[in-house]
Amino acid sequence: MPIADMSSNHPVIEVKDVHKSFKSVHAVCGVNLRIHEGQFVALLGPNGAGKTTLVEMIEGIQKPDSGDIFIMGKQWHGNADELHRIIGISLQETYFIDKLTVKETLRLFASFYDLNARRVDEIIEIIGLKEKRKSYVAHISGGQRQRLALGIALINSPKILLLDEPTTGLDPNARREIWEILLELKRQTRASLILTTHYMEEAQQLCDYIIIIDKGKILAEGTLSQLLKDDGGEKIIEYRKKTLDDVFTAMTGRRLDE
Amino acid sequence: MNKLIRTDQLVQLVIAHFKELIRQPEVIFWGFIFPILMSLGLGIAFSQKTDIVRSVAVIEKNNPSDTSRQHSIIDDFLNVHGDAIDPAHNKGAQRKLTLSDKRIGNTIFLFVKKDWQDAILLLKRGSVGVIMEEADGRIIYHFDPLNIDAQLSYLKLSNAFARPATGVEDNHEEVKPLTVRGTRYIDFLIPGLISMDLMMSIMWGMSYGMIERRSRKLLRRMVATPMKKSHFLAALMFVRIAMNFIESALLVLFAYLVFDVTIQGSAGALCLVFLAGNIAFGGIAIFVSSHTANTETGNGLINAVVLPMTVLSGVFFSYHNFPEWSIPFIQKLPLTLLADGIRSVFIEGAGIKEIILPSAILSAVGAVFFTVGLKTFKWH
Repeated sequence: MPIADMSSNHPVIEVKDVHKSFKSVHAVCGVNLRIHEGQFVALLGPNGAGKTTLVEMIEGIQKPDSGDIFIMGKQWHGNADELHRIIGISLQETYFIDKLTVKETLRLFASFYDLNARRVDEIIEIIGLKEKRKSYVAHISGGQRQRLALGIALINSPKILLLDEPTTGLDPNARREIWEILLELKRQTRASLILTTHYMEEAQQLCDYIIIIDKGKILAEGTLSQLLKDDGGEKIIEYRKKTLDDVFTAMTGRRLDE
Repeated sequence: MNKLIRTDQLVQLVIAHFKELIRQPEVIFWGFIFPILMSLGLGIAFSQKTDIVRSVAVIEKNNPSDTSRQHSIIDDFLNVHGDAIDPAHNKGAQRKLTLSDKRIGNTIFLFVKKDWQDAILLLKRGSVGVIMEEADGRIIYHFDPLNIDAQLSYLKLSNAFARPATGVEDNHEEVKPLTVRGTRYIDFLIPGLISMDLMMSIMWGMSYGMIERRSRKLLRRMVATPMKKSHFLAALMFVRIAMNFIESALLVLFAYLVFDVTIQGSAGALCLVFLAGNIAFGGIAIFVSSHTANTETGNGLINAVVLPMTVLSGVFFSYHNFPEWSIPFIQKLPLTLLADGIRSVFIEGAGIKEIILPSAILSAVGAVFFTVGLKTFKWH
């Protein structure tokens, strides 16, 4: 039984048999998952696997065609304001207002959660943008912009953090800076995280539970060591070549970065 | 938590929208400087009393050596009443005729000799409005009677050639140029410009701004927080309306200082109809931007709204020149209601009583579009 199912009877996120289609494309096909407090979970899959659609349904941005999603035991309908206050999100490729400074952008988002300027200063410290706090968003680098997006996701001290490909397109250094912030968060809080990525290394570094997804379906899930040993009881790869990429390739015939 | 108004949120949204707006240099140019330049250019063009210069084509005779026609009525007239000029500096004309009039300004006709083919070409290009020809001892005038300018040229020329001795001023008529406030073109233009600026500013600033925010997923990110959607839109409208008030106030001040344009009616009535115009176009802007996330489509939609009204609603010239059947339709367009309302306060001295109906209609238009737009608004 996966670790996610053993830790508690009250998951912070529960997805039950969720389906979502766009015209003839089945983006998500019957996904089930349970995520518990403090758990860092990676949704690992190539582009077009359905990761973003699944995460956006959990975020309440998209509605499932069928199935149920519970956040802290509550569904989005009728509870949006309450749920928005306990989750933090970072969308894939979000732009902010170019002509606002880093600090002004954080102050704006802080006001949505009834937070004041002190929390803004704390976040600037956490994301390491003190020197850039007075720079316009248009004038900061891609890595700094991603750190700002992460800062906005963290501003309300969320119980659940949903990050959609937070390091895509960043150089290795900028990627590592984001990882450091998230690892520090893991050490200091009991927040749960769902992170979508197609970087195997990112999933390995940050997450204690990995879900491999492709064509809208969960192919395998478990801890890193579980995935490297087997897949649903079937030996799928030789011990000498075991990496997540190998697991994915063995299951789908494709590589993660395709 | 579910307070009707979240003050800090609303204040921060207003501050953010305001800073975003004023930190764009192009906003300062298009919002503040361009309307003033436009009023300056058009105001000068239509308020200076300068000489009116028009070219006239005169058909050369087919056979200049024909001795049977030694006398030409046009040449003989111009030899007596006209002046010889250098064709190189006068659009190819060899003669000019000046009809002096100290009261309404001089009219100068430049006479260019051409054969029929070239004369028609000049007419097609708009270089001349009238072609003169002689046949059987008479002058024949060729021009498009629907072209008012050509018709006026014909009337002046015809009068001059028929009564060369009397001159334009020497008759039994009297001309008294109007100097009453509100009768100049600039008095007509400034209210039109204020109305058009308001429409353009809201449609491009709000509609396009929202479509762009949607295409960049900023709207999606903002509504994934406890931000109140109504606060977002209210802040956007508030900032835009405040900017419109400032822009228009500057334009009015400029028109007063440079052209002596004054508001003859009630300032309160002006504010009321101006606010109603903002509400009308604010609602239309939200409706237009309610769905699309594609800025190209957005461009098309906004142009489809603003271009017909800019042409039809009497911003630059009176819409009463359009066909009779179209006038009732044109008068119901939001920009016409706004321009007519502002114009009535500026030049007819209208007060609250006269302005209340158009203001109510404009506000209702805004409310209807706002409600429908908000119901179908795509935040994601």
